[in-house]
Amino acid sequence: MAGAVSTPALQMAGIHKRFGDVLANVDVNFTVAQGTLHGLIGENGAGKSTLMSVLYGFYPADSGRIEVFGKSVQIRNADDAIACGIGMVHQHFMLVETLTALENVMLGAEPHWHLPSAIKPVRERLEALMQSTGLRVALDATVADLAVGDRQRLEILKALYRGARILILDEPTAVLTPQETQQLFAVLRQLRAQGSTVILITHKLKEVLALCDQVTVMRAGRVVDDMPIACASVEALAQAMVGRKVQLDRPPLEVAIQRDATPVLLAQGLQLCDASGVQRLADVGLQLRAGEIVGIAGVSGNGQSELLDILSGLGAPDGGSMQVLGRQFVSGAWLDPFTARSIGLAHVPEDRQARALVMDFEAWESAVLGYEYLPQFCRTGWMRAGAMRNATADMMERFDVRPRKAALGSRKFSGGNQQKLVLARELGQAPRVLLVGQPTRGVDIGAIEFIYSQLRAMRDAGCAVLLVSSELDEILALSDRVLVMVQGRVSGAIDIADCNEERLGLLMAGAAV
Amino acid sequence: MSQTTALPRWADVALLPVVCLALALCVAGIVVALVGQSPSQVLAALVQGAFGTPRGLSYTLYYATSFIFTGLAVAVAFHGGLFNIGGEGQATLGGLGTALVALWLSPVLPAWAMLPLMLVCGALFGMVWAAIPGYLQAYRGSHVVITTIMFNFLASTLLVYLLVNQLRAPGNVAIESAAFAPSAHLMSARELLALAGVDWPGSPLNASLLLALLACIAVYFFLWHSRSGYRLRAVGSSPGAAAYAGIRPQRHIVLAMAISGALAGMVGMNEVAGVSGRLVLEFVSGAGFTGIAVALMGRNHPVGIVLASILFGALFQGGAEVAFDVPGFSRDMVVMLQGFVVLFSGAMSYVVARPLAALLRVWQLPGAKHG
Repeated sequence: MAGAVSTPALQMAGIHKRFGDVLANVDVNFTVAQGTLHGLIGENGAGKSTLMSVLYGFYPADSGRIEVFGKSVQIRNADDAIACGIGMVHQHFMLVETLTALENVMLGAEPHWHLPSAIKPVRERLEALMQSTGLRVALDATVADLAVGDRQRLEILKALYRGARILILDEPTAVLTPQETQQLFAVLRQLRAQGSTVILITHKLKEVLALCDQVTVMRAGRVVDDMPIACASVEALAQAMVGRKVQLDRPPLEVAIQRDATPVLLAQGLQLCDASGVQRLADVGLQLRAGEIVGIAGVSGNGQSELLDILSGLGAPDGGSMQVLGRQFVSGAWLDPFTARSIGLAHVPEDRQARALVMDFEAWESAVLGYEYLPQFCRTGWMRAGAMRNATADMMERFDVRPRKAALGSRKFSGGNQQKLVLARELGQAPRVLLVGQPTRGVDIGAIEFIYSQLRAMRDAGCAVLLVSSELDEILALSDRVLVMVQGRVSGAIDIADCNEERLGLLMAGAAV
Repeated sequence: MSQTTALPRWADVALLPVVCLALALCVAGIVVALVGQSPSQVLAALVQGAFGTPRGLSYTLYYATSFIFTGLAVAVAFHGGLFNIGGEGQATLGGLGTALVALWLSPVLPAWAMLPLMLVCGALFGMVWAAIPGYLQAYRGSHVVITTIMFNFLASTLLVYLLVNQLRAPGNVAIESAAFAPSAHLMSARELLALAGVDWPGSPLNASLLLALLACIAVYFFLWHSRSGYRLRAVGSSPGAAAYAGIRPQRHIVLAMAISGALAGMVGMNEVAGVSGRLVLEFVSGAGFTGIAVALMGRNHPVGIVLASILFGALFQGGAEVAFDVPGFSRDMVVMLQGFVVLFSGAMSYVVARPLAALLRVWQLPGAKHG
């Protein structure tokens, strides 16, 4: 932790920010020493994004003061932030897909109006930057052709090119394989060695412990803890984030599960090409037995979403067949979501906001979506609002959805509470097959714990559960068997006893079993 | 963490339209003052003309009746996620359907059978005229905004062709059909109130106002209490979620447009069965387009649509009176006033909402301290 004695790279003092009734930041003091890797952690809505948005000039703080390298600054917009030497790599990349890597770096900072003349000096500077930092990107490739890891390196390069000495990374590992994550960490360590300061926003505590020098924990808009990494542990950090003890790992005493030998879901030879002719699924087969959780691991975008859509009846494959709960389907006469529900196949979709809930509906209307035809909710074509409200109140009680207001807009609930409502709806009809996609994406730790326990309870009750997740920890914590998907193929099927992070990581990167 | 500029519900429903209307009147007032007229005199004449006499009130409500139908039409399509600009054409076709069945059967059928038949026929014609763009949108991807605009032109030329070449009574110079038999005449307000012993002056206001109010209630129950309405709104606000729920979005797109067209088609009852008693040219006279503004201002809710319809009815009727009463105040000035109301309550309401929300926050938390 060199440089701790010199002036801090960044000092934010007494930051207040209020949105309507919500206090997003309350008297936040945040200091980052020069040349360090600083972790900023907290649950969704803890205020870390707000703090960084204030720092990057997306909106002004209501009060408070910011010093960068000892100099008091006013940051009104992203240009001001860049001028101060602050660079940000957003979780969702800000790249123009149709331009080349080089053009993306240059965009908005072209040294010359005549583009061919502008490109030469940019290329020279970038080559030098890539040399010194080890961030390698094919500069003439179109961004659309770049892999996710490359795009992220490009974003970092872009920030460095603009003279960033303080680099903010927002959830940088969410889209990476474990191996790519290791590469990223190596780059970040290299940058630190060269004197850059890095702020890492994340919810993955293990990464903070592996990488950072110092960690700041936020909860409910306040800084609740700030400590050197030597004093931190996963348990302590989790407790600081949530405010109570949490249990996410597998329960130590695994009850021997009674598994039925015959699969309740058997899919074979699933094929799918998208509109542009790219093969999304290639000869995918899987089976699901009652009383087990099968995890599908893989980096996002390797066909998991398409597989989930096909198994739930949202889409139909180009080829293949499926037997589920005694019904037989072949491509051409495929399952549809209505039939799926009526035979006892429930689906918790990956994209909660676009699929699972109608955001403009009040909670009690969203809470029967897909089941609105059931006689308890609908009689002779008329909806039974009273019954719907009662059912919603009941769901909210059982799944601890907060606030318990059935008349609140679906949009107004936090991610975790939306997800609990969706689970309450889908588990409420006692399905025999449950398909779950990214159940804890954008969900805070407290709710994750609850969701895990519900999924385990379903499994123990004899439901067959298919879990698609890009979070390895989640796969390892829940699954009984793990499949890995790479480029539309299932590249491995391993029993949980033989699983570890490294092995799955290699499979996710495309190695053979 | 997104910026919360949303207004509280009561302010969104009640305060915002009032503020928008006030702003529109202020700006219109400035223009009126600039051309050397007294804004207060003009406003007084307008209100007096629209509401001050039974006759003026009747005209206001008569205009409002057509606006309610077309406003509801826009609203139903909107809840299905569609922007139906074809109210004008669907109303034209509705009037055509109403008139054709009346010309054909009114000499033989009694009123109790004739009038419902005209209503159904008009609604059906409007429904088909809207369902075709709906179908093209749902299954062929042609954007409904484009196709409904085109269908407006088609409807208008179709009406002219039929009137000039087919329906014009022999020897008649005016471009209009033969008059219907009395059984196809919808009772006017004067006749209805005379039954109750009230003496009411003659006006175009007729029983279709009651029909419009019934349509409001029906639309409310359909959208918010029926399963079809529930699914239609789900499709409209989130096609992805609707597909996930096993709802077929295409089917509900056609349904939304069909209902929308049927509502617009009912304008025929007001104009053809209630007023002219024969098919004439231009009987819709912009009600289809005004319906868009009405739905916007009425927040696509039946209650709001009734209120907005009365406002626009008052602007039409009161405006005509002002043009008559105030010397030097031309008909064009009235159109300008209507334009400002549409501009502020429709397009500008989002611009107004933000400062209004900020104002409310300051006002609601006097001296509130951060922290």
